[in-house]
Amino acid sequence: MAETGFWSGYALPFLLILGYILAIVVPLLISVAFVTYFERKIFGLMQIRKGPNVVGPFGLLQPFADGLKMLMKETIVPAGANRNLFLLAPIITFTLGMIGWAVIPFDEHLVLADINVGILYLFAISSLGVYGIIIAGWASNSKYAFLGALRSAAQMVSYEVSIGFVLVTVLLCAGSLNLSEIVLAQTELWYFIPLAPMFIIFFISALAETNRTPFDLPEAEGELVAGYQVEYSSLAFTLFMLGEYANILLMSGLCVILFLGGWLAPFDIEPFTWLPGIVWFFLKTAVVMFLFTWTRATFPRYRYDQLMRLGWKVFLPISLAWVVITAGALHVFGWMP
Amino acid sequence: MTASSSLLLEYLPILIFLGLAAFIAVAAVVAPLLLAPRKPDKDKIAAYECGFDAFDDARGRFDVRFYLVAILFIIFDLEVAFLFPWAVSFSNIGLYGFWSMIVFLGILTIGFIYEWKKGALEWE
Repeated sequence: MAETGFWSGYALPFLLILGYILAIVVPLLISVAFVTYFERKIFGLMQIRKGPNVVGPFGLLQPFADGLKMLMKETIVPAGANRNLFLLAPIITFTLGMIGWAVIPFDEHLVLADINVGILYLFAISSLGVYGIIIAGWASNSKYAFLGALRSAAQMVSYEVSIGFVLVTVLLCAGSLNLSEIVLAQTELWYFIPLAPMFIIFFISALAETNRTPFDLPEAEGELVAGYQVEYSSLAFTLFMLGEYANILLMSGLCVILFLGGWLAPFDIEPFTWLPGIVWFFLKTAVVMFLFTWTRATFPRYRYDQLMRLGWKVFLPISLAWVVITAGALHVFGWMP
Repeated sequence: MTASSSLLLEYLPILIFLGLAAFIAVAAVVAPLLLAPRKPDKDKIAAYECGFDAFDDARGRFDVRFYLVAILFIIFDLEVAFLFPWAVSFSNIGLYGFWSMIVFLGILTIGFIYEWKKGALEWE
């Protein structure tokens, strides 16, 4: 066999991979922009007002106007802040919000990196998310930012434990860490039916993990004036927002993959199978995303002690018990994957 | 191509993705520094504070319970890390594997009950 040259051996595959990545990143960033619009529009409708409707038709260009405005704003670095860390924090948050998408299967075989340990990778990425926030809080050298970052760190690690147990119950049923195989294991039955309590715990933990209402204590406007973000301005602030929303979308996508059958059509019969899998994936993700928004528009904020009690005293024992129950049931009934 | 290098090759797209995402983020931080006006003054770059100038450094003492939560988290997260390989190979390890893990979880549950009774999970 001939020696592969530089061009066909390295440059071409590299460009191809870069093309695939851009095909994920560009739609993702546009989705994030429209998710903010979608969210504000839903809040508007739920509160019987119109929401953004001035920039462009139906206010559709609002997110881009916001982005452009942020670009032209001054980046303020507080006097007491640690300048490099202060600017590093939003970069970390944004980067982590993006790279989780590398392993998400949008359709059968439509995945950038089909690694064997997809779930473990996502678990690791979501664990790292806490660094961006805690670095932001510490580097700002502001009391509000510091308190917000501490709260956020404690909250995220608390709910991560129950998310971990929920993932284990799904793994027990699917018998694989690969996300595509987990989806294929649901061909017969989506896991939100047999694992209904885990689905609910996962959804609520995802709210807490992404610092969303009713668990948005790290940013609580009333007491902490946006917490770790208080000192940020300009695109550095926008990066936090983008990272946060990319994370929320990622959690919605993960929810779809683990419990709602990923790209699979709800029924394997004619009219449902006309739509390609990727459309089903996006529709389901949009529904879960709507649940996130609905929750935010509806529920008041938890108190911090209530939040920690829910995480450690309710979710942790239930999910731990459910791991044992699932494993036992699989054994007794011989439902092993 | 050896097996290990093809395994590593699966992670190459992730590495490139990481590079691209970091590049976008750095560009987004640098762009306003070049494009936007910069006129910092003493009051603008003061830390956000209510009423007075900050009396002391913000990085002061904080509640020890945050440490406690972090320590408990490490214990349970390690437990989850042990459960992952167990769950994946569950159909191959039989009843022996099942009961071994139940014993392990039982010991951890005793610890969990202890810290609950001790009040380590209370936030009054």
